[in-house]
Amino acid sequence: MLDVRGHPNRLGLWGWLGGGRWGTDRYLYTLHRLTGLGLLGYFVLHIIVTSSRAFGQQAWEQAMARVSGPLFLIGEYLVFIAFAFHAINGIRLVLIELGIGVGKPIEPVYPYRTSLDVQRPLAVGAVLLAAVLAVVGGLDFFVWH
Amino acid sequence: MRDQSLWTWHVIAGVVILVFLGLHMGVMHLDALLGLFNPEGGHPIDWGNVLARMKSGFFTVTYVVLLGAALFHGLYGLRNIVYELGPGAGLRSAVNAVLWIAGLALFAIGSWAAWAASRLATTL
Repeated sequence: MLDVRGHPNRLGLWGWLGGGRWGTDRYLYTLHRLTGLGLLGYFVLHIIVTSSRAFGQQAWEQAMARVSGPLFLIGEYLVFIAFAFHAINGIRLVLIELGIGVGKPIEPVYPYRTSLDVQRPLAVGAVLLAAVLAVVGGLDFFVWH
Repeated sequence: MRDQSLWTWHVIAGVVILVFLGLHMGVMHLDALLGLFNPEGGHPIDWGNVLARMKSGFFTVTYVVLLGAALFHGLYGLRNIVYELGPGAGLRSAVNAVLWIAGLALFAIGSWAAWAASRLATTL
């Protein structure tokens, strides 16, 4: 049993792995952070690579040739999946931030109910929508081209 | 108070990104479905399509807006992750300085590229 009193983030990075008493939403939180870091890493490279367009057609086509091939295509699709999850889960987080879909405050009377159960449909809906977006993106990446 | 307003800007930037990155992803990766802003046909990253977007004032301006919003959102998010791990005051200010420098440098590169690309496109 870990004593976390006075140490709000005693678990550090290990807290990302264990949902613990926070439940499913904790894993969405972890995924939101991992996808956010991945998107940030991609974005930094993307800014630099795409700035080659300012030097004309040859520079652009050379830069694009350097980041082509099956490995980059799969990597870019992973970025697309990260985008789909981060975007849709981000909408969920904004709604919760604004107090939409979190349910009304209730009296703490036994048997206690957790507000996470009220928020669960939104979380499930967000994951399903992100999955649909990832599948449609996958069709565009691998089938329609 | 300062962190509260930074967080509010983080959320606002997220909504801005949702709009413009949503459009960007639609143009780049749902092109077979939507067919947006790719006048030359073929792949969205073919030079003719890239040139058409470089010529467009709308894309030049919104790329810079998206660049700024996404850099702030991403780097502030990274700062949150680092802060949550409980670094000391010295490390916190070092992280702040590095993120500021990296963010401003990347914003300078990206917005220069948007401006230079727009100028190049009008001469071609």
